Amino acid sequence: MNTQDTRRPTGKKLSLKEKYALMTRGLGWDTSYEPMDKAFDQLGLEGIKIHDWDKWEDPFRLTMDAYWKYQAEKERKLYAVLDAFQQNNGHLNISDARYVNTLKLFFTGITPAEYNAHRLFAMLGRQFPGPGAAIACQMQAVDELRHVQTQIHSISQYNKYFNGLHDHTVMNDRLWYLSVPKSFFEDAISSGPFEQIIAISFALEYLLTNLVFMPFMSGAAYNGDMATVTFGFSSQSDEARHMTLGLECIKFVLEQDPGNAAIIQRYLDKWFWRGYKVLGLVSMMLDYMLPKKVMSWKEAWEIYFVQNGGSLFNDLSRYGLRMPKYWEQSVAEAEHLSHQTWNAFYNFSGAAAFHVWLPSDEDMAWLAEKYPNTFDQHYRPRIEHYRKLQAEGKRYYNPSLPMLCQTCQTPLIFTEMDDPTRTSHRQLEHDGDTYHFCSDGCRDIFAGQPDKYVSAWLPAHQILQGNCVEPGAEAAGDPGADALRYFHVVAGQDNLDYEGSPDEANWLRWKGLDKTPPAAAA
Amino acid sequence: MSVEIRVASIDPIRQTFARTSRRFGADKPASRYQEASFDLQPRDNFHYRPVWDPQRDIYDRRRTAIEMRDWDDFRDPRQYYYATYVLNRARMQEAAEKSFEFVDKHGLMATLSVEQVRDIETLLLPLRHLEWAANLNNCFVTAYCFGSSMAQGAMYATTDRLGIAQYLSRIGLLLDGNSGQSLTDAKARWLDAPAWQPLRRLAERCLVQKDWFELFVAQNLVLDSLVHPLLYAPFHSGVGDAGGAYLAMLTEFIKDWSGDNQKWVDACLKIAAAESPANRARLSAWAAEWKGLALDALAPLAQCAAHLDGPARLESAARALDQRIAKLGFDAA
Repeated sequence: MNTQDTRRPTGKKLSLKEKYALMTRGLGWDTSYEPMDKAFDQLGLEGIKIHDWDKWEDPFRLTMDAYWKYQAEKERKLYAVLDAFQQNNGHLNISDARYVNTLKLFFTGITPAEYNAHRLFAMLGRQFPGPGAAIACQMQAVDELRHVQTQIHSISQYNKYFNGLHDHTVMNDRLWYLSVPKSFFEDAISSGPFEQIIAISFALEYLLTNLVFMPFMSGAAYNGDMATVTFGFSSQSDEARHMTLGLECIKFVLEQDPGNAAIIQRYLDKWFWRGYKVLGLVSMMLDYMLPKKVMSWKEAWEIYFVQNGGSLFNDLSRYGLRMPKYWEQSVAEAEHLSHQTWNAFYNFSGAAAFHVWLPSDEDMAWLAEKYPNTFDQHYRPRIEHYRKLQAEGKRYYNPSLPMLCQTCQTPLIFTEMDDPTRTSHRQLEHDGDTYHFCSDGCRDIFAGQPDKYVSAWLPAHQILQGNCVEPGAEAAGDPGADALRYFHVVAGQDNLDYEGSPDEANWLRWKGLDKTPPAAAA
Repeated sequence: MSVEIRVASIDPIRQTFARTSRRFGADKPASRYQEASFDLQPRDNFHYRPVWDPQRDIYDRRRTAIEMRDWDDFRDPRQYYYATYVLNRARMQEAAEKSFEFVDKHGLMATLSVEQVRDIETLLLPLRHLEWAANLNNCFVTAYCFGSSMAQGAMYATTDRLGIAQYLSRIGLLLDGNSGQSLTDAKARWLDAPAWQPLRRLAERCLVQKDWFELFVAQNLVLDSLVHPLLYAPFHSGVGDAGGAYLAMLTEFIKDWSGDNQKWVDACLKIAAAESPANRARLSAWAAEWKGLALDALAPLAQCAAHLDGPARLESAARALDQRIAKLGFDAA
């Protein structure tokens, strides 16, 4: 090598793309002292064929120095707002204390999922042999850690003043309804690398993020929650990068080998339905839990899935992909989903870590307007019936444990679309046992990988088997009380109706609307 | 005399999260580092066995031979969580950016001697591939370790190592006028030059290592302890030669980073070694084994750097590693 030839005092100007490529793309090499399939040993698990990792188009060409610089700027702004929020008791400016219950759902359901995403993308960052793909995943891994931590710091102030936020990680591992998002993420993380990235980057981030993440952030904006909405704005550019990664990844895999399309379609069918089932929790948040409403679930589904998702699949049809199986059913169910989900939580509120309430007259007028085909017909009468019982001092609770879907783990609370008086219930025999499902979609997913889903940890079954007892604690003999303790739900504090809760009493006192003596944490 | 703004005060009903109280004492106000770093990883009730490791759980203590009663015991003396980490690195990159701009603007690479250029080409630039391996190794630890505090530290080490690989690339681009030729040549050395092959063999051995804590020892303790004094340090302190100061500027980030990273690495290793005699024995054996392998792998490069006291540097790095190991509470190698 002639050193004189390579020395040039002033170089040509590089575009961002060229600079990124030179600084990054050549870093990897094909190992020769150890076999490549030992150094990157998960790539053969799924039958996906990649012929040339160099064909990967970097979705965002961020070098680390630029990343540190941009992200530090965002953190400075975010934490300045969080400091001001804490200093000025910003939690008193929300629309109503009922709003905090959406944060409880988010913090116990979504924040732990972001933690799983952090580790999942670290796995992918190690497993993909092309530096382009690996680095995109590594950046998402550290972004997801950011989201976990900034959510913790945003919600930290609420935790000091409201109940139900105090033990989010243990609750996510144990609390019955949180097994819905927990099993979703564990299903993804326990899969092979291509399924992992299709599940999270494409199905969740690209297809569904406007239906998971954004409803909570918009809810925060509408309800005066400055901490959460500032976090939301601050993470928007991260999310945009993550969505781009999802799209790039699916195009890359599809273009690499014609045989990949059938596998990807199978993943999309599965993960669309898996994701949709988690969104039941979001639907009730939008329709029933926000004191100031953003939009109805039905509207959100129409815009973000039917229209946006539809045009995306149009675009992908040239690769031979079609809309995910059962998508039409999700549209039909949009008329019912939130009403049936909220009803279930009203029934089982003794075992939840957030409060419930019956919609006001004004709320019901809004619901009737948004759901002209179903609300007055099916759901208003039930709510009015509950109201009457409550007025008579006979508030209805469901004392049983619900049957759970073996796949998505939602209780069997949904009805048939052609007959709203009949519960949707599917069954399948496997190895001499009968398994139960909430839908055809969930039954199909089970049938595709029965050995995976038979091992699911179903909370209702575990409670009945006596497995939900706090480690080291004496069993009280009452499975319900034992289970609450095991969930780290404080009875009389975190659960039951908003009306009469310590949250309500504190709120009224702080806002000068006092009607009861001060209530403290149990 | 102080000026006071009066604000309404409302007593909180609790000071921090239950997991933070359990770890740092009941109901004490907690720092942002404490709330953001510990006990975040799922622990109970895993639903499915991973297809990529069907004998174990998704997060599983048994992915290393090291055993801890409390896997979230790994406290980072730098107290980095995401915000403090990126703020620190943003400051470091700002200084580095100024150095690169200064050298570029004034055409200072042209003042380097032929020997200095050759040293950069033959000794420094191929290290970008070793840094890439270090990135993958720390990414492996992030992915498969147990506990959120260990994963967090390893995550920052992962992105740090990518950053270093990219700074090395920029030194090459300054040298070759942005043609990328120096990087192509450096890769060819990494792949084929005889002196680099033992080190590449060792880097590839790391890539097939499955015990994440062993990998932590091999990469973050042993290899870094030997590679930095042997191959980076000559560029940090070449002030005597014409142009040497510019090389010190361009590699300053790497030097500062190494000091910063060592604090975290040493804290983790001390905590694991203090846990039990079995851990200490295991860590000591790994350190000794990888030290032997690394010294063999680096010997030819020390010879290539003979004009920079390579062999003496490697010997003294080996002694310093022994002292570091003793300080960590390991058994003598």
